[in-house]
Amino acid sequence: MEKPKPVTRAAKALAIVTILVMVFVPFLVIVSTSFASNREVIANGGWVLWPTHPTLRAYEQVFAGGIVTKALGVSAGITIIGTLASLACTTFLAYALSRPKVYGGKPILLIVLFTFLFPPGMIPAFLLVKGMGMLESYSALIVPVLINVFNLVVLRGFFQGVPEELYEAARLDGANDWQILWRVVLPLSKAALAVVGLFYAVSYWNAWFHASIYLESDHWPLQQVLRTYVMGGSQIADTGLSDAANVSAPQTMQMAVLVIATVPILIVYPFLQKYFTKGVLTGAIKS
Amino acid sequence: MPAVTKDRTETEAVKPPGEREYRPNGNKTKRDERWKRFHSSRVLLLLMVPGVAYFLVFHYGAFIGNAVAFKEYVPFDGLWASPWVGFENFDRMFGDPDFWHATWNTLFLAVLQLVFFFPVPLGLALLLHSLTSDLTRRFVQSVVYLPHFLSWVIVVALFQQVLADTGLLNSVLGQAGLHSVDIIGNPDAYPALVVAQVVWKDAGWGTIIFLAALMQVDEQQYEAAAIDGAGPWRRFWHVTLPSIRPVVILLLIMRLGDILSVGFEQMLLQRQSVGPEAGEVLDTFVFWQGIVGGDTGYAAAAGLFKGVVGAILVFAANKVAHRLGEQGVYK
Repeated sequence: MEKPKPVTRAAKALAIVTILVMVFVPFLVIVSTSFASNREVIANGGWVLWPTHPTLRAYEQVFAGGIVTKALGVSAGITIIGTLASLACTTFLAYALSRPKVYGGKPILLIVLFTFLFPPGMIPAFLLVKGMGMLESYSALIVPVLINVFNLVVLRGFFQGVPEELYEAARLDGANDWQILWRVVLPLSKAALAVVGLFYAVSYWNAWFHASIYLESDHWPLQQVLRTYVMGGSQIADTGLSDAANVSAPQTMQMAVLVIATVPILIVYPFLQKYFTKGVLTGAIKS
Repeated sequence: MPAVTKDRTETEAVKPPGEREYRPNGNKTKRDERWKRFHSSRVLLLLMVPGVAYFLVFHYGAFIGNAVAFKEYVPFDGLWASPWVGFENFDRMFGDPDFWHATWNTLFLAVLQLVFFFPVPLGLALLLHSLTSDLTRRFVQSVVYLPHFLSWVIVVALFQQVLADTGLLNSVLGQAGLHSVDIIGNPDAYPALVVAQVVWKDAGWGTIIFLAALMQVDEQQYEAAAIDGAGPWRRFWHVTLPSIRPVVILLLIMRLGDILSVGFEQMLLQRQSVGPEAGEVLDTFVFWQGIVGGDTGYAAAAGLFKGVVGAILVFAANKVAHRLGEQGVYK
């Protein structure tokens, strides 16, 4: 293709810069506000773009209270256990359904895909969790969302791409399907497993709705705590995090919690991101 | 030949004791063939157990719970002992102005998102695809994918922070001597706010599939069109667009299936601040009636209504796609 005209190039550059600014600025505001001093934030109407005297006071207060520390632990636990459980169950089912000659493979695949068209609905799901006695249990945040059909389809598509000759060779060496999964398929599927695992991890970390209806507030994960602090308008001081006399502006603490909830995503993101451009996902979507 | 070897090695590898007497003794009937396939699949079948059990219990099992829509739910009696009431819940629902209000809001926001959100990822993908520097493109891609991974709680909080009456936007406007704008908690601005949030969060992520489709377009077609004297716009219209049409239609149908959900978490988070008049959609209606209000049967009826309409939309859209000679989601 020929080189674009200078006007087009300038317009594109402007569009790109605008997009980048629109993504970055909200992050900058919350990070800056969380590091700003009490007085500065109040003087500026609740936020700053750049703190003149950066301080860690808001973070100290947030972690001193214990609520956020506990919620952080809950979120980490749910995320780790949930991701491992989901990844294992999804892998097993996807692998079995990726084998062409498996007994009952077609009807089972249809049964699974059909759920995509007809989700059961909020009330029946709620009644089921209640009926199974999972209220007030952390399992209610994991078991009802154990397998995501989209992730299953991605993994299955990837497993189907493993060359058939490798299966045959392993079989001739006397390996059964379980051994083939561990010795042949999984080592070849690290990229897909990483993507799907991180999808699960992100969705467990970000979830709050189920916690809000299934758990008492002292068992809440971080996102639900964040929701009540920042969105519900209840100030952190009200919840006994620190006494009202010498708190920094609740705004700085709210923003600190917001940053704490975002940081894990920002940490895993670079690892996750490199796979997206490689087309791990798009291959499966096409099938 | 390989099939025989496979079966032999496998049965030798894992043979439960006492298995032998059940084995067919070589005469090839249809049942034997079937049993053989079952037997050689047993490891895989075992691997399927947790996943299949999950889908049976938490999707199909839960689905049966929709029966509560035809009942007067008494928590003490539980789902099955509660009395049947026929279509009473539905009758009440169709006469309930709040329900129609929620339905109207749902449809309005859904159409708004379809019109104003759906083209954005496509446009962004075209922009990214047209960048000549690989490094720049990678960088921009990484940045615009990021918001997709933030929770709705965080996204809504970010928007509040930037757009509140004392927020960043209004200070900038104030310093420029302009009027401040009232966005957060303003029912009139709510639909625009909702669409803006969806665009901010998911437009970048939505480019992935379009970018992949654009990569597939044959470079020679562009060259041929250029030689024939087609400018950039005509090349786009006659080469790019036809090549990515199946993907666009596929995504449109998938979006239609989900359209009545209009982003439940996003809606629920902001329903309070904007009020039910503007903020109530079908999903929040179900949540408010059923889980907060305890009117379980009634809420389930509304949820079932939404599910059925959603399914009809997918079927209809798929049918239209077939008529237009496209593949659609299923055949």
